[in-house]
Amino acid sequence: MTPIERDKIEAKDTVLYVDGVSVSFDGFKALNNLSLYVVAGELRAIIGPNGAGKTTMMDVVTGKTRPDEGLVFFQGDIDLTKLDEARIANLGIGRKFQKPTVFETQTVFENLELSLAGRRGVLESLFFKLSAEQGDRIDEMLDRIALAAQRDHLAGSLSHGQKQWLEIGMLLMQEPDVLLVDEPVAGMTDAETEQTAALLREIAGAHSVVVVEHDMEFVRALECRVTVLHEGSVLAEGSLEAVQNDQRVIEVYLGR
Amino acid sequence: MTHGKSHFLLGDRGGLVLLASLAVLAVGVPALNLGLGPESALHVPDYMVGLLGKYLCFALLALALDLVWGYAGILSLGHGAFFALGGYAMGMHLMREIGDRGVYGNPDLPDFMVFLNWQELPWYWHGFDNFGFAMLMVVLVPGVLAFVFGWFAFRSRVTGVYLSIITQAMTFALMLAFFRNDMGFGGNNGLTDFKDILGHDLQDPATRAVLFSLSAAAVGAAFVIGRFITASRLGRVLVAIRDAEGRARFLGYRVEYYKLFAWTVSAMMAGVAGALYVPQVGIINPGEFAPPGSIEIVIWVAVGGRGTLYGAVLGAVLVNYAKTYFTGALPELWLFMLGGLFIATTLFLPKGIVGALPMMTDPERGQWRKALAVFRNVGKRKAS
Repeated sequence: MTPIERDKIEAKDTVLYVDGVSVSFDGFKALNNLSLYVVAGELRAIIGPNGAGKTTMMDVVTGKTRPDEGLVFFQGDIDLTKLDEARIANLGIGRKFQKPTVFETQTVFENLELSLAGRRGVLESLFFKLSAEQGDRIDEMLDRIALAAQRDHLAGSLSHGQKQWLEIGMLLMQEPDVLLVDEPVAGMTDAETEQTAALLREIAGAHSVVVVEHDMEFVRALECRVTVLHEGSVLAEGSLEAVQNDQRVIEVYLGR
Repeated sequence: MTHGKSHFLLGDRGGLVLLASLAVLAVGVPALNLGLGPESALHVPDYMVGLLGKYLCFALLALALDLVWGYAGILSLGHGAFFALGGYAMGMHLMREIGDRGVYGNPDLPDFMVFLNWQELPWYWHGFDNFGFAMLMVVLVPGVLAFVFGWFAFRSRVTGVYLSIITQAMTFALMLAFFRNDMGFGGNNGLTDFKDILGHDLQDPATRAVLFSLSAAAVGAAFVIGRFITASRLGRVLVAIRDAEGRARFLGYRVEYYKLFAWTVSAMMAGVAGALYVPQVGIINPGEFAPPGSIEIVIWVAVGGRGTLYGAVLGAVLVNYAKTYFTGALPELWLFMLGGLFIATTLFLPKGIVGALPMMTDPERGQWRKALAVFRNVGKRKAS
């Protein structure tokens, strides 16, 4: 690491620092010198055509995929490329999958309970007792994600949109500093999409939120900075207006 | 808050029925065996005590498998290995207890070693003359094997069919090893001709009655332990891993440690089952490691119903009772029936017998009709 790079990492407020990251699978470059900086409390949308590297980027940040080269730092000096998924999750990076993934055979309440921030050791789990305060926090979250009425329903019985919300709620129960949210409104109605945008806007501020999404209406509703990925690197960055008027972005989206 | 208040045992009706049944059996069977003469209609004959005791050992083995398969989603096709290792540990102790009463009258060596012209006891047989040490080995040997096996398998994230296959390979490899005479475990014949346990004659009905009651107690204890684990947050994490391993990992759970815990506890329970089985049947040989035996355990659990613990116990007892009956009445058909039973369970009772019980007791919910509709649909699919 050069001194200049170190300065960058230590730049105040940069929660997530991804610099010059490349990943290839069998010769295919999924990420190509990708750089991305997310500051504390920021809401950021990431768009790009299929295969642009959006999901791979999340895999790298959450420890699922090791980059071939490049730096990934969290909160200044934590090198995420050396840690595994569980450790990274416990440090404060939550991830929502593209396909809503909840624990279907457990109740909505239990799903949130399993996600409560706290120690994750085997023996701690064996002797875990839910405190009244923790129970209240779960109930608050149920209100926030509009699932209070489904509290004791099995998560598998929820609608697609409700599962998306439950998963966002589970992320929030972890009290992460950064939420990586992969296509949160896929399969949602317009009204649900709007509510989800409102929820994410509300979450940002206390947390940094990175949203990957295809739905432009939704991205517009997020009212945030937008990063356009293309072939594994950043093509453009700025307000939605600005990137939509960017000639290169138009070519990538419409030119073929 | 109403959540999580129900007691881990008292909140489980099926479990309470199981514990009550075990208590009745543990007291009733010995009483009806020893207390009543053969002329009484209620007399339980000696052979029946041994047979029921065997069923209980299988029930404990099934319960152990349910802990990993029903909850953590680890389909082991090699649980017979842990059962057999526990059985061998007990068998080694019983061999040492024979002393100089063997065919060759050698006070230092078991008969099979004398037969093989061995001059001294192999190092790994030392200590087994001590009952306490042997009992420790009953849980330690399967436990350590499971821990080492699981450590590598789960950390390498081997899951699903691949894991099932290597568990099968594990028990197969052990079977081949134990067949070898120079392994020092009696080779093909295994360990047998046991005389007594802690000074009590193994042929004595009183000894056998005590072994039976201990087996019932062991099933009960394993159920309470299993229920404590599965009703805790740890149990819910196991189910979470079974249903969405990636989600659990990204919530910060170290999936491999959770699996390792359940896997090792399960192997120890299986070891205890084997140790109780050996004195009651009077022999342990490498056949207990045979892969088909391990697959049968899976069928017991599937038939009884996964993920309840008591379902596994019920399945083991019912299937083994059927096996006893049909291998006597229609021996050449039994394997076809077992296979058919497994297929029928998978098709019509995916949650096993205990999963089907609410349908029978709750006609209001129309579950029977639903089940019949499924049945008819399957018929239609076949016809088309």
